[in-house]
Amino acid sequence: MNYDELRERSIRVWEQEEQHATIPLIIIGTATCGLASGADELLHILGDELTQAGVQADVRQVGCIGLCYAEPLVDVRIPGGARVCYGGVDVKKLRTIIEKHVKGGTPLAEYALGSIGPGQAPGVPSLWELSATKPQVRVVLRNCGIIDPDRLEHYVARGGYAGLVRALGMAPSAIIGEVKTSGLRGRGGAGFPTGLKWELCRSNAGDKRYVICNADEGDPGAFMDRSVLEGDPHAVLEGLCIAAYAIGASEGYIYCRAEYPLAIRRLRQAIEQAKEHRLIGEGILGSDFSFNVHIKEGAGAFVCGEETALIASIEGRRGMPRSRPPFPAAHGLFGRPTNINNVETLANVPAILREGAEWFANYGTEHSKGTKTFALAGKVMRTGLIEVPMGITLREVIFDVGGGIPDGKKFKAAQTGGPSGGCIPAEFLDLPIDYEQLARVGSIMGSGGLVILDESSCMVDLARYFINFTQNESCGKCIPCRLGTRQMLMILEDICAGRGTDDSIALLESLGDAVKKGSLCGLGQTAPNPALTTVRYFRDEYIEHVRDKVCRALSCKEYLRYEVIEDMCTACGVCRRECPSEAIIGAKDEIHRIDQSKCIRCGICFESCKFDSIRVSSGRYHKTSGGKKGRTVREKRAARKEVKP
Amino acid sequence: MIHLTIDRRPVTVENVKTVLDACREAGVYIPTLCADPDLAPFGACRLCIVKIEGLRGLPTACTTSVADGMKVITEDEDIRDVRTMTMQLLLSDHPQDCLTCGKNGLCGLQEVAEYLGLRNRTFRLLERKAEPDNSNPCFEINYAKCIFCGKCVRACAEINGSGAIDFLGRGFRTEIMPFARLPIRESICESCGECVERCPTGALVPRRFLSPDREASTVCPYCGVGCRILYGVRGSTIVSARGDRSAPASRGRLCVKGRYGSFDFVGNKERLCTPLIREGDTFREADWDEALAAVAAGLSRLRGDVFGGLASAKVTNEDNYIFQKFVRAAMGTNNVDHCARLCHASTVAGLALSFGSGAMTNPSTDVLSADVILITGSNTTENHPVIGYMIREAISRGSKLILFDPRQIPLARISAIWCRQRPGTDVAWINGLMHVILREGLHKKSFIDERTEGFEDVARIVEAYSPERAEEITGIPAADIVDAARMYAGAENASIIYSMGITQHTTGVDNVRSLANLAMMTGNIGRPGTGVNPLRGQNNVQGACDMGSLPNVISGYQQVSDEKVREKFEKVWGVTIPAKPGMTVTEMIPAALTGKIKALYIMGENPMLSDPDVHHVEKALRALDFLVVQDIFLTETARLADVVLPATSFAERDGTYTNTERRVQLTKPVLPPVMGVRQDWEIIQDISTLLGYPMRYNSRRDIWDEMRSLAPSFAGISWERLEAGGSICWPCPDESHPGTPILHRERFTRGKGHFAPIDYRQADEMPDTDYPFILTTGRILEQFHTGTMTRKSEALEGLEPECFVEMSAADAEQLGVMKGNHVQVITRRGAVRALVRLNDRTGAGTLFIPFHYVEAAANELTNAAYDPIAKIPEFKVCAARVEKIESSTSP
Repeated sequence: MNYDELRERSIRVWEQEEQHATIPLIIIGTATCGLASGADELLHILGDELTQAGVQADVRQVGCIGLCYAEPLVDVRIPGGARVCYGGVDVKKLRTIIEKHVKGGTPLAEYALGSIGPGQAPGVPSLWELSATKPQVRVVLRNCGIIDPDRLEHYVARGGYAGLVRALGMAPSAIIGEVKTSGLRGRGGAGFPTGLKWELCRSNAGDKRYVICNADEGDPGAFMDRSVLEGDPHAVLEGLCIAAYAIGASEGYIYCRAEYPLAIRRLRQAIEQAKEHRLIGEGILGSDFSFNVHIKEGAGAFVCGEETALIASIEGRRGMPRSRPPFPAAHGLFGRPTNINNVETLANVPAILREGAEWFANYGTEHSKGTKTFALAGKVMRTGLIEVPMGITLREVIFDVGGGIPDGKKFKAAQTGGPSGGCIPAEFLDLPIDYEQLARVGSIMGSGGLVILDESSCMVDLARYFINFTQNESCGKCIPCRLGTRQMLMILEDICAGRGTDDSIALLESLGDAVKKGSLCGLGQTAPNPALTTVRYFRDEYIEHVRDKVCRALSCKEYLRYEVIEDMCTACGVCRRECPSEAIIGAKDEIHRIDQSKCIRCGICFESCKFDSIRVSSGRYHKTSGGKKGRTVREKRAARKEVKP
Repeated sequence: MIHLTIDRRPVTVENVKTVLDACREAGVYIPTLCADPDLAPFGACRLCIVKIEGLRGLPTACTTSVADGMKVITEDEDIRDVRTMTMQLLLSDHPQDCLTCGKNGLCGLQEVAEYLGLRNRTFRLLERKAEPDNSNPCFEINYAKCIFCGKCVRACAEINGSGAIDFLGRGFRTEIMPFARLPIRESICESCGECVERCPTGALVPRRFLSPDREASTVCPYCGVGCRILYGVRGSTIVSARGDRSAPASRGRLCVKGRYGSFDFVGNKERLCTPLIREGDTFREADWDEALAAVAAGLSRLRGDVFGGLASAKVTNEDNYIFQKFVRAAMGTNNVDHCARLCHASTVAGLALSFGSGAMTNPSTDVLSADVILITGSNTTENHPVIGYMIREAISRGSKLILFDPRQIPLARISAIWCRQRPGTDVAWINGLMHVILREGLHKKSFIDERTEGFEDVARIVEAYSPERAEEITGIPAADIVDAARMYAGAENASIIYSMGITQHTTGVDNVRSLANLAMMTGNIGRPGTGVNPLRGQNNVQGACDMGSLPNVISGYQQVSDEKVREKFEKVWGVTIPAKPGMTVTEMIPAALTGKIKALYIMGENPMLSDPDVHHVEKALRALDFLVVQDIFLTETARLADVVLPATSFAERDGTYTNTERRVQLTKPVLPPVMGVRQDWEIIQDISTLLGYPMRYNSRRDIWDEMRSLAPSFAGISWERLEAGGSICWPCPDESHPGTPILHRERFTRGKGHFAPIDYRQADEMPDTDYPFILTTGRILEQFHTGTMTRKSEALEGLEPECFVEMSAADAEQLGVMKGNHVQVITRRGAVRALVRLNDRTGAGTLFIPFHYVEAAANELTNAAYDPIAKIPEFKVCAARVEKIESSTSP
């Protein structure tokens, strides 16, 4: 079967399923985010539930559509109707949905997040018109949550491999030109122009060249690449294949961390399907271009995301970076010219070839074209996977897409770029997100981790968290990184634990500067960023920690004092029973008291108190627990006094 | 020529790769803790950071290639700040015991701290938990002092090639450890100490270390690789050893024996310091005049063919020349031989017949340019360790290794094909390879036509050796024989390396000639990366042969039976030389029993341990009328002597040695001789003079000059050239000739290479129901030969103190013995007690015993049957049985 036949057949299949279905279609998101929220259980019982309800329906498993905060997601489309997306589905909800919508044909507006056309569902807004989705532009994620990633026809029907077909008709230099014109830059973090990278690799002589897809996504809380691999694996494969053709590589590797078993399974499946249809392998689509792909599972070392460490790991050596130059483009895998691109970068490539460089360059800013995916996490209403055009402001991302900060709290900062990135304070909320602007404020784009922090987040503690991560993940090779991050961690622990001085802050800064300048690879060169940017933008908090012994976020234990607000205590005894260190003294009808010498500041009393009777304070900062109004001991006593004066 | 500016001063440098090299060349100091001239740049310590115009940030000088026009700043405030911070970090992770540390004064950390002018500590001590590892008797590992510069890891991987240690874990919990965090002693570490030599801190220090006050270089006294060692001398004691990087054969590398076990014996209390004369069952000390007179008196009545001399592969070329001259001229017999008879007699005979020259055809470093290396009967990484390193280096660069060995030796792990032949079946598999090569048309026809003769005879005979038949005889799967043939013949350049596993057979010459056939058939001769390369096992065994310490040839392999040769020597020596070739070692010993030999003069050999069937040897030596032994210790052989003459050790003499690749190297004494001993040549000269054949040399140089005036192969190797720092591979016909690292380039030494048709013959003694095992013997890494020298080294004896027998787990189970039990290994000739070792090396039905241990002398077991041409005994095959020692308990 040639490509045209495949495409025709695929479109037939897709249209049949999407437009001419005669029975309802149930779509269930079974990417890792869905599975983690219980989608597997729903999937498991779905068949039985349908049988019990006496309805026939098709079931389609799809990848992550991005609304992770609302997982598990189950969508229903009845013939002729719109696809209605339901969030937070549990067994009970599922039964109702089957009963009412699948069987009864009536969408449940109260459970629905939105609808996906064509067609409309009464009372359900279009999913793409919500404030959460409207600012988004889906290039990389266009198929995620839409198609069944295990089915090649779905991918092809939606334009899949058309980019490859076009590429194979072009001269490699023309492809590189197209990618250069598009302005695509590396989505792994550093933002190196992709076309230029390809060109450099191609220009290096060698009997063999390699392309590598870096799928060693390691930033804590980041899952963009995983979602793409799980939801649309062929897009990455097609991008890799186009890159290989443009560069003149005959062999490729996908380096994927072993912690992504589903992504690896999907990739293996996709490779098999592509081989079967001669989309990769020998003589691709009848041309004389041959390209074979291997999957190499990484063992979970963060540093293996670094190009030279990744190459060492594929070669069977310990994943340790080496100095560059020589760059992999000249001396890479097995000593051959090698091009490495991140998953998201490669997933952009088919679209660029299919739609053209100009189309792609329509999106974004002057030097940062296209879109960027982010894993939105932290203190924000709608966590999940988003894709926004470059140049969008932080404010739009947090308050429109993310729905703002929960619990009425105040936005404090956004951490971009994961452990290598920096903290951006509220004053930069209107900063357009692109490579240059982020760098200007001391952070980086990174691979797309975006952690939102509110006033309850301690910036020193945040720096400590990230430094702890990097110091654990340092490969141990170079001194500034191995020992520098360790000493930075110790300084930050000191500051968090009341042992800090003014000198600690100065030493943290000068050490951070030396670690950046002295380290061998990107890990060490960026590891101090969280500490340095928090000192830069939140120096007051640091100074409060070391001078006043105060943590305004009420987060650093050493600086906290838990007290019972005597006027408010109801003597319910909950805190006394819950306290793990038996620090709370009290009895029935007696105002409770916290023995400070025994208190370990775990906060359990605060969490367990339903009433506003426990206060945690640090200097002038404080907050009160619970919120429920109860009959206090004082009130009870006063009442008793009234009864018998 | 590269022009650059360093710190704004123009500099011109040559032959440098990196900015660090360029700065050093220009005399500009740059601190570093991880750079090493022998290791690939690593860039870990980050101390050599510099600024280079046009490059971002602070690149490390060690990893940045130098380029014309570069502008380098080696130090400014910025650089100093980062370096200082980096050093402060290191100091926070380092114990504070400088004054009592083994590296005090030699420590890289101290050097850099001093250079940076550190005056205080910035950081809290990290107090990393790390237990020391004291399991290795050669060196101590203090993990707490490790700075993770990675030199040890890289030395182990890049120089030794075994990769026994590596980084483990991440972040602050990074460690450097052997596999599975074993104690180093239990790992695959070969104790070569390349890591210890490079460690910049006290993390790796030799177990016994005292700083020397001077250093001197000489050739290692052990195997034939010819490594040069820089010995450190303190007062009159050698206290340290390190590789001499100027030596072409070893490029500064050493093995465990060279580094830790090659000097203890020099100052050993048991050194002979005075001549001894037999009195009944004991000896009495005598002065030199008396002893020499006693020797002269003893020998004067036993001249001619009743006399035999055993020269030594451990003494210099000059001492060998004078010794064989003494035997031939003063004693009037050609009965002179030495231990080469027991190792490479088959090579000397076999390769001479095939090629015209019985030596290694190519230099050892040539393996680095071989695409395929075929090794057989050589446990190279243990017995020629430094060549073993080169083989591993070649493989890591992409060469393929084909290994034929009955034992699964360490090289098997990295071989492309490993074939386990039954001991003693080598001709069959080699013929099998040639059968496949011819069948598939992989032979080099033009080479065969132009350069060789006799091809058809071989073609005819190998027809009968189909892979299937070869499998029947050798036990090697036919498919492996086919694969090996294709790989060897398909290579652009393929080198054959072999050793005792080929030569020490009753078919030794056949084996050698078969390998020569194989190389000629594929045209793998006369080019870099090719050849037939026998590895010689003693530091001067090549030289002892070259000098004519052989019964059939005089210096430079000139046939004693050739009248013209005799005439030439007779003219200079002023005597008549007997025309009849003399007896070999293996003939002289039995002849002593029959009375044909009545007197032996043994210089620096220990046949009581090294020769086969030593019970028989003892009887023979006791039957002699007169035995003189000249040695540095009262060896098992010396104990039987009538007169014992104490000589100098290798460290106390000058002179030349010729290594396995025919490279002549000059040495100077490291120490003055121990009081009471004399140089070997002086002793021989005086005895000769007393016996009425006066010799009047003033030095070894005089002897050398006489030798090279008579031996054309050495004519061009003058003492001046050697003193000027050169080392030259013979043949070197005149003083302008550069020497000949590769033989048979244009034509074979004998004209045309000679193909010899060889049929397979069985070993002399095959297993039967009474003796069901095949016993094979050999050396191990940590001991050498009869142990005279190595067993006096605490380090080596600590590593391998006891004789063991390797057997397969299946055999052990059947015998009901376990690892650590003691067993008796018994043959028709004797029995020895050995510790059972199960390490998967030997196959079922095969036993291996090293022959270093006097208390369990393997040569009490071996078969003295010898090869008809080379007269080499069959050390590698005899029939044996094993008995459990009932009292033996598990450890």
